[in-house]
Amino acid sequence: MTVHHFIILSAILFSIGAVGVLLRRNPLIMFMSIELMLNAVNLAFVGFSRFLQLVDGQVFVFLILTVAAAEVAVGLAIIVAIFRARDSVDVDEVSDLKG
Amino acid sequence: MNLDLNLQVIAPALIVALSLLLVLLGEVFLPASQRRWLGYLALIGLLGAAVVAAMLWGANLSGFGKMVVADAFGLFLTLIILLGAALSVLLAFDFVRAHQLDTGEFFALVLSAVVGMIGMVTATDLIVIFLALELLSLPLYVLAAFKRADKRSLEAGLKYFLLGAFASAFFLYGIAFVFGGTGTTNLGRIAAVLGASPRSDVALVGMGLLGVGFAFKVALVPFHWWTPDVYEGAPTVVTAFMSVAVKAAAFGAFFRVFLVALPELAADWRALLAVIAVLTMTLGNVAALLQSNVKRMLAYSSIAHAGYILIALVAMGVNGAGSALFYLLAYTLTNLGAFGAVIALSDGTRERLELNDFAGVAKAQPLVAAALTILLLSLAGFPPFAGFTGKFFIFGAAVESGWAWLAVIGVLNSLISAYFYLRPVVQMYMVEPAGGWNRLRVAPFVAFVLAIAVIGVLALGIVPAPVIALASGGFLK
Repeated sequence: MTVHHFIILSAILFSIGAVGVLLRRNPLIMFMSIELMLNAVNLAFVGFSRFLQLVDGQVFVFLILTVAAAEVAVGLAIIVAIFRARDSVDVDEVSDLKG
Repeated sequence: MNLDLNLQVIAPALIVALSLLLVLLGEVFLPASQRRWLGYLALIGLLGAAVVAAMLWGANLSGFGKMVVADAFGLFLTLIILLGAALSVLLAFDFVRAHQLDTGEFFALVLSAVVGMIGMVTATDLIVIFLALELLSLPLYVLAAFKRADKRSLEAGLKYFLLGAFASAFFLYGIAFVFGGTGTTNLGRIAAVLGASPRSDVALVGMGLLGVGFAFKVALVPFHWWTPDVYEGAPTVVTAFMSVAVKAAAFGAFFRVFLVALPELAADWRALLAVIAVLTMTLGNVAALLQSNVKRMLAYSSIAHAGYILIALVAMGVNGAGSALFYLLAYTLTNLGAFGAVIALSDGTRERLELNDFAGVAKAQPLVAAALTILLLSLAGFPPFAGFTGKFFIFGAAVESGWAWLAVIGVLNSLISAYFYLRPVVQMYMVEPAGGWNRLRVAPFVAFVLAIAVIGVLALGIVPAPVIALASGGFLK
C-alpha cells in the first residue's frame, strides 16, 4: 500500500460526504455526512504522516476528533431545538427565510 | 525542542477568556435581577484586552514554537475585533432584556467567539488557525439560534451550523493536503518549502481547498448563499457582531495564509481571486438592489464589501494588506453603526426592518436618521466618510500593482450600491411618517454606539493618514 491508496480512499470518502450534505434533506443525515468528511480528513492526515515519516499528522487527528465531538454537541442541540419548535427537521420545510 | 510558553503573546486572548469564565460563574451565582452586571464585566474584559494588545504593539513577540505571533498585523486586527465586540456588547445590553435572552450565556458566548477570533488573526500555524476558527464558529452557531422561541432564529442557526461545519471540513482537508505537500503546517516553513522545491500539485490542491474554506467563512460568491438567510434570521445584535467581527477574523487569517505561506503560488491564485472578487461585488450589490428587508439588504451589502476587501488581497504587498486593515476598521464602525440604528428604531421586541417602516423617521427621530444617513453614505463610499477613504486605498493599491481593471469594476460597483443605500434615506426624509413613533425612546447605550460610529466614520474619513500609517506598518513580514 502506498500513500496513493490512502489518499484516493480518503478522497472517495470525502466526496461521498460532500455529496451527502448537498443531496440529503434530513439534517441528521447531512450531519453524519459532515462527520464522514472529517474522518476522510483524518485518514488523509494519517496517510501523509506515514508517507512523510512525521508524527505530526497523527497528533492532528486527535485535535480534529475533539473538535468534531464539540461540533456534535452544538449541532444536535440545535437540531433538537428545531424539532421541538416545529415537529419536523426536513430542511426543505425549514425555509421561512428566503429571497 | 524547548517549550517557549510565552504567555505575553496570547495575553489579550487570555484576558478575554478570563472574563468569559467570570461571566459564566456570575450567571450561576448571581440572582436574575443582578445579571445585567455581567454585560459590564464582559465590556471590562474586552477593554482590558484592548489595553494589553496596545501595549504589545511594536514588540513583535512570538511564542509556542512560532505558532502564535503578536505582530502589528495581528494586533491591529485584534483591536478591530475587540472594538467590534465591545460595541456589540453595548448594543446587546437592552436588546437581551427586551427579547428575554439568557444574559450571562449570551455574553459568555460572545466572549468565547472573541477568543477564537483573536487566536485566528495571531496564529501562524494552520492547525492553530483551524482550532481558533472552530472556537469562533461554535459559539456563533449557538448565538444565531439564540432566540429559541423564534423559528426564524432556529432556522438561521441550523443553516449556519450545517454550512459552517461543511466549510470547516473543506478547510481541514486543505490543511491535510498542504501538510502532505510540504511536510509542515507552519506558515513560514510552508513558504520556504514551496520556494525551494519544484511545484507541488498536492500543495496546490490544498491551496484550493483552503480557499474554499475561507470563501465560505467570509461569504464570497459562489459560497455566499447562507449569508442572507443567517443574517436575516439571527437576532439583530448577533447579526451585527457576526457581520463585522467574523469578517475581520476570517479575512485576517485569509490574508496571512495566502500572503505568508502561499506567495510562491500567487500566479495560480491571483487571477482566480480577481474573478471571484468581481463576481462577489457584482452579485452582492445587484441582489441588494432587490431587497425590501433592511437586514437582508445589509447581508447582501456585506457580501459586496467582502468582494472589495478581496481586491486588496489580489493587490498583495504592503499597500494591499494595509488598505484591507484600514477598510476592515472602517467597515466595522460603519456596519455596526448601521445595525445600531436599526436596533435604535425598534420598539421593544417589534423591529422595524422593512423599507417602508423607515418612512418619516427624520421627523420623529432626527438624530438617529442623521446618523443612519451618514453611515449608509459611508457604506456607499461617499466622501468625506471612512467608506470612501477605505475604498480609495484599496483601489489605489490595486492600480499600483497593475490590476487597474479590477479597481474600475470596483468603482462601478460602488455606483450601483449608492442606489440601494440611498433608498432608506429617501424613505426617512421624503416620505410622511406612518405614525407610532412618538413613544419611541432610544436607549442610552445604543445612542452611545451610534455616536462612536459616526465620530469614527468622520474621523477616519477626514484624517485617515495616521491610521493608514499604522495599518501599513502592520504588513506581514
